[in-house]
Amino acid sequence: MSQLMVDARSVRKSFGSNEVLKGISLSVEQGQVLVLLGPSGSGKSTFLRCINHLETINGGRIYVDGDLMGYRQAGDVLHEMKPAAIAAQRRHIGMVFQRFNLFPHLTAIENVIEAPIGVNKENAKDAKKRGMALLERVGLGDKFDHYPSQLSGGQQQRVAIARALAMEPKLMLFDEPTSALDPELVGEVLGVMRDLAKDGMTMIVVTHEMGFAREVADTVVFMDQGLVVEAGSPAEVLDNPQHERTKAFINSVL
Amino acid sequence: MNEDDVVAKPLRHPWRWISGVLVVGVLALFIYSLWSSPSVDHGIIVQYLFNPQILNGAVLTVVITVVSMLIATILAVILAVMKLSPNPLLKLVASAFIGFFRGTPLLLQIVFWGYLGIIYPTLTLGIPFTNIVFIHGQTSALVPSLAAGIIALALNEAAYSAEIVRAGILSVDGGQMEAASSLGMRGGYTLRRIILPQAMRVIIPPMGNEFISMLKNTALLEVVAVLELYTQATMISAQNLAQVELLVVAGFWYLVMTTVLSIPQRQLEKKYGRGFNVATARNRMFGFGKKKVSA
Repeated sequence: MSQLMVDARSVRKSFGSNEVLKGISLSVEQGQVLVLLGPSGSGKSTFLRCINHLETINGGRIYVDGDLMGYRQAGDVLHEMKPAAIAAQRRHIGMVFQRFNLFPHLTAIENVIEAPIGVNKENAKDAKKRGMALLERVGLGDKFDHYPSQLSGGQQQRVAIARALAMEPKLMLFDEPTSALDPELVGEVLGVMRDLAKDGMTMIVVTHEMGFAREVADTVVFMDQGLVVEAGSPAEVLDNPQHERTKAFINSVL
Repeated sequence: MNEDDVVAKPLRHPWRWISGVLVVGVLALFIYSLWSSPSVDHGIIVQYLFNPQILNGAVLTVVITVVSMLIATILAVILAVMKLSPNPLLKLVASAFIGFFRGTPLLLQIVFWGYLGIIYPTLTLGIPFTNIVFIHGQTSALVPSLAAGIIALALNEAAYSAEIVRAGILSVDGGQMEAASSLGMRGGYTLRRIILPQAMRVIIPPMGNEFISMLKNTALLEVVAVLELYTQATMISAQNLAQVELLVVAGFWYLVMTTVLSIPQRQLEKKYGRGFNVATARNRMFGFGKKKVSA
C-alpha cells in the first residue's frame, strides 16, 4: 500500500449545538482521487474545509502527508498551533472554491504568482515563467493580463486552479468547483481536473458531476447527515449502491 | 449603412436649458449685489489677494492638512484593524479611542493640546523607576503650537477615518480571506496585499470628504496661534479693520485649495478601481456614457 496522503480519523465538527460532522473517517492514498457525494447539508464541504484547517474541528484527528493538521501533539496533550505554523501547513494544500475567489484587483498572472512570490519568496522572474506555463496548461496563456471581471466563470475557475497549482501542492481540494458555472462552461473545468488526475495529483473533490466521479474517481464516498454512509469504487457506489439513502440520492441526481 | 439603422432625432430637453438660464441669472445677481455693496472695498481684496503673509498662511495650511491627514490615515488603519481583531483588549482600546475623540468637540481638543504646557510644564521620556532619560525639557519647547495643532487634528481625524477604513475592510468579500489563507498567506500579508487594496475603492470617496474637512478645520488652529491662512487673515484685519475683505481673500484661497486638492482623488480612484467594472456599473445605473472595461 502506498503512503496515505490524507488520513482522517473520526472527525467531529459542530457549529454551536448543531453537529455537522459526526465522526468521519476516510483516507486517500497518494495519487488517488476521492469524490465526495451527498445532499446539501450533509457536511461534505465542511469536511473539506476541515482538512486544511479553514474550520477547526471538535474531535478526531486529520493527518495530511503524516502531519497532524492545526495542532501539535506532545504526549497526550494537544496544543493549538500558531497562525504562522498553520499557514505553513496550508502551503502544501491547494484549494479551489465554488465561487472562484480570485483576487479581483489582480490580473490572471498576478493572481497566480502572488503567493509564490509573497509567501514562498520565489524570485519574480521564475515565478512569472512558471505562472505562464501553468496558465498555458489550463488553456489560458493568451488571457494572462485579463482581470477576473473580464473572464467567464469557467476561465476564472481555471485561473483559480492554476493559482492553487503555483504553490506546488501535494494535495488539491475542490469544493463544488463547477456548481456556480453555466452548463456549457462545466466541461472545460472538468477537463482540466481530469488532466490533473491523470498527472498523478492527489485530489478530494466535492461535486455533483456523476460523469466525472465515474470516470476519474478511485474512490467515491457518499455522505449524509454528517456521516459516511457508503464508500467504494465508482462501480460499487454509483452502480450498485447498498444503502437506501445512497440509492435515493443517486436516482435524484441522475 | 443599412436600411434599418436607427437614425432618430435625439430627445430634446428644454427644461435643462430654461433651468440653466435661471441658475446663471441668480448667480450673476448675487455676485453683483456683493460687488456693488458700498461696505466692501474691492481695492483691499485685490491688494491682499497675493499678499506674502496670506500666501505663507495658505502654504502652511496645506502642510498642516497633508501632515495631519497622513498621520490620521496610518492611525485609522491601525484602529480599524484593532477594532476588527478577535483580541478583546485591542477592540476595547480602539473603541475607547474612537469614542473619546469623536465625542468631544474638535475645538476643545485643539485648545487642550495647545495648553499642554500648563497641565504638564515639563515633559520627560524615559524608562520609569530608572535614571534612564531619553528626552527632557519644557513642554512649550518640545511641543510648539504647530505640533500641538497637528496632533489635535490628526488624533481627531483618526477616530473618524477609522470607521471609514473599517467599513472598507468589511466591504471585501469573505471568500478573499479564505482564498488567501488557503494559499498559505498570513494575516498581515493578506491585509496589505489582498484586503486593503480592494477596500480602498470604498475608502477613498469618503476620505476625500475628510481631506476637505481637514483643510477647513485647520482654521480652528487660530485659537492656538498657528500662523495658517485664517490666522494670517484675521491678524491683518485686526490692523486695517477690513474684516469682510480679508474673509473674502481667505475664502478665495480655501476654495482654490479644496478644488486643487480634490484632483488627486480621481487618480487614486482610478488606480484602485482596476479590475472592477466601476465605469460600467455606474454608467448603466445612470444610463449614460460608453460601456467600457476599466483596466
